[in-house]
Parts: sequence; structure tokens; C-alpha cells
Amino acid sequence: MHYNWRWGIFFQASSNPGETWLGYLLAGLGWTLATALCAWAIALVLGSLIGTLRTTSHRWVVRLCGAYVELFRNVPLLVQMFLWFFVLPELLPEAWGDAIKQTPPPWASFYPAVLCLGFYTSVRIAEQVRAGIQSLPRGQMMAATALGLRRTQSYATVILPQTFRIILPPLTSEFLNCIKNSSVSLTIGLLELTGRARAMQEFTFQVFEAFSAATLIYLVANLVIVLAMRRLEHAVRVPGLIGAGAPTGH
Amino acid sequence: MFAGFDFDVIARSLPYLLREGMTFTLTLTALAMLGGVVFGTLLAMMRLSSFAPLAAAAGAYVNLMRSVPLVLVIFWFFFLVPWIGGWLTGGGTIQVGAFWSAVITFTMFEAAYYCEIMRAGIQSIARGQVGAGYALGLDYWQTMRHIVLPQAFRNMLPVLLTQTIILFQDTSLVYVISATDFLGAAVKVANRDYRLVEMYLFVAVVYFVISFAGSQYVRRLQTRVAVLR
Repeated sequence: MHYNWRWGIFFQASSNPGETWLGYLLAGLGWTLATALCAWAIALVLGSLIGTLRTTSHRWVVRLCGAYVELFRNVPLLVQMFLWFFVLPELLPEAWGDAIKQTPPPWASFYPAVLCLGFYTSVRIAEQVRAGIQSLPRGQMMAATALGLRRTQSYATVILPQTFRIILPPLTSEFLNCIKNSSVSLTIGLLELTGRARAMQEFTFQVFEAFSAATLIYLVANLVIVLAMRRLEHAVRVPGLIGAGAPTGH
Repeated sequence: MFAGFDFDVIARSLPYLLREGMTFTLTLTALAMLGGVVFGTLLAMMRLSSFAPLAAAAGAYVNLMRSVPLVLVIFWFFFLVPWIGGWLTGGGTIQVGAFWSAVITFTMFEAAYYCEIMRAGIQSIARGQVGAGYALGLDYWQTMRHIVLPQAFRNMLPVLLTQTIILFQDTSLVYVISATDFLGAAVKVANRDYRLVEMYLFVAVVYFVISFAGSQYVRRLQTRVAVLR
């Protein structure tokens, strides 16, 4: 009943040749951020598209996009991860499936993790975008139409620029969720931050040092993103809305 | 496309999947929801307390839990609980097993999320109601129990249930500590019979049906419990 603390462990050589445990964990943060950012790129494009389409007046498009959202929202992320990793290669034509199975190690789990997380996050972004668009006064679209803009032009130049400025705070927390959710990709063998903390624990038996370090790294990453986004939010706020605060004199 | 597949494996393993797996998942969800709502409500009351250190402590706990991935929290508690248990009982480390470890983890983790929901719920109650409670001679706990919390629960019921559906899906992550929940049971069958495609598709369908039905129910409930003002 005595735990042997060894904080010096972080400066000792890890199981990776030429790397300390600290370096090993920080490389894990690199994989976490790479996964989250790539997934975010997919999610932002897909989510904005689906969210926008859900506000149009084409009934079948709206329904189809609604079904897409329900599909990805009601299956656990871990199960989706398994579907991308284990099931998809079996359902594709054999040559494709074989090509996927022969991908070398880190990429074999990185690509499915990015795709899975990207699609999973896209429905959350779609819901934010839809809510953002619906929060705008209807007059905006009418005014755009009255000015002679086409539907797509109105969305691109009037509706969406305002929407993104309004939904920036919830998008920030979605991005933080995306980073946290990327830890699920350890289940398909991607050694991101949590996966590496777990590997370090199995290798050195220093459970609490490994998890403390990982927790701390997540907290710092969170804090940096929150502070950066706060500045961005301040820079792009829409004048005149409650969220923008009191107007500053010129 | 499904030519070489053996969907019979589902029928063969269904009793095992439901009796072992689904029971684990549903019991875990129910216990963690109960514990999480109770602990979360206490946390919310602490966060709204006028005693600053209490509010700060609760706020720190909630923010910590919300900035760390659930997988990491599951690992933390899986290794921490035996040590804390040993420390409490004065003996060596005690083994609690994957199930109780998971119950404790999810209660502590979800409490942070339920806390934020309940905080919003409590803050949505008009301040005059608390004043009226005190004027009637009720103390803080009586005001909370008879006036504020019943209304807060009612207002927040749809959101609390939505969070519970998320909790239900999140319980699948106990896979990382090799617990036999619904997904864990399916993984075991899939690896034993080498039927990954069939089992994982089946698991996805079951989770989808339950979560979708739940969210449709919440949507109906939302219009029913709404208080007209």
C-alpha cells in the first residue's frame, strides 16, 4: 500500500529509441492535434454544407440531411470508429479493401480515425450552423433577394458570414470536444496522447505520473485554444448584438 | 455485397449479448444517471453558493472534468479507485472490478455535465421565488427542496434526458478497461467467431434504434413539459 512516486521518469529514455518519456508524450500531443485538425477540416466543410442545406426549402434535401444528422448522432463514437476501421474495408471492393489493409502502421489507424471523427463532428457543426442561420432575422435573406442576389450568392455573401461570426463560441467548444474525442482513436491503435500515457503506464508502471502528465497537457492545450479563440471572437464580433458588449467610441 | 456474411451469428449470440452485455450497459447508465444527477445538483448548488471558496472548488472540479477526455478519466479511476479504497479501509489496494469502477467513473464524470444543466435550471427560476420561500420562514434546504429544485428539474427534464442518451452512448467506452458491456460482449463474440462485420453492424443498429427512440421521446416530452409563461 505504498505508491512509489518517480517524477524523474519523464527525463529517462522511453521505449522509443532516443526519446525521453516526456518527448514520447509530447509526440502524442502532436498526433492528437493532427487527428483533431484534419477531422475538423472535414467536419467544417461537411457540417456547413449539411447545416445550410437543412435551412433550404427543398423538402427532400432537408429530410436527407436530417437523416444524415440522426445517423451519425445516434451511434456511439467508439462503434463508428470500429465501423470505419474493421467493417469498411470488408464492404469495399476486394482490391480497395486489400490496399487499405496493407497501409503501414500509424497511417492505417490515422486515416480511419480522421474520417470517423470528421463525420462524427460534422453533424454537431451542422446543427450549430443550422441554429445560427435560423437565429438571423428573416429580413436578411429577403433583403439579399431584393438586391438581386441568387440563393447561393445570398448564402455565401450575406447569411453565412454572419452565421459563422455568431456561432464562433459554440464552434470553439466543438473543437475542444473534437480534441477530446480524438482519444477514442486509441481503440484502433493510434498512439495519440491518451494512448501514449496508457503505453507509458504499461511500460513503466508509473500510473499516476503518466496520467497526470497527460491530464496537464490536455488542460494546457485547452487553455491555449480557449484564450486564442476569445481573441478571435473579440475581433470578429458582430457590432450591435448583445454578445458584442457595449459599443466602443471612435 | 453481403454474400459471404453469416448473420446467423447474431441469432446465436443474442441471449449472451442481451443478458450479459445489455444488462451491464443499462444498469451502468441508470446508476450513473442517478448518481450523476444527485452529485451534479449538489455541485450546481455549490457553484451558485455565495461562499466563494465552495463555488470556486465546485467550478474547478467541473472545468477539470470537462476539459479532459472521458477515456483518460476512465483510465484514471480504473487505477485510482483501488488505491483510494485501500486508503479508506486502511488495508492494501482493494479490487472493485470493472463494473463498479465504471459506475464511479461515470457518476463523477457525468456529474460535471449534469451540474451545468442543473445550474442553468436553477438560474432560470425567478429570484422572487427564493425570496418568497424565505419570507414563508423556510430555510435554504427547504426552499431548494420544495420550491426551486422541483421547478428546475421540470424545466431541465428534456436536457437531462438528452444528456442521459449521450451517457448511454458513452458507456461503450468501458471497452478500454475490457468490461463486458453491450459492445464489449459483441467484441468478444466477433473475435471468437471471426465475425467482425456482422457483429459491429448489429451493434451500431441496436445503439441507433435505442438512442433514436430516446431522442424522439425527448422531443415529444419537450412540448409536453414546457411551462407556458
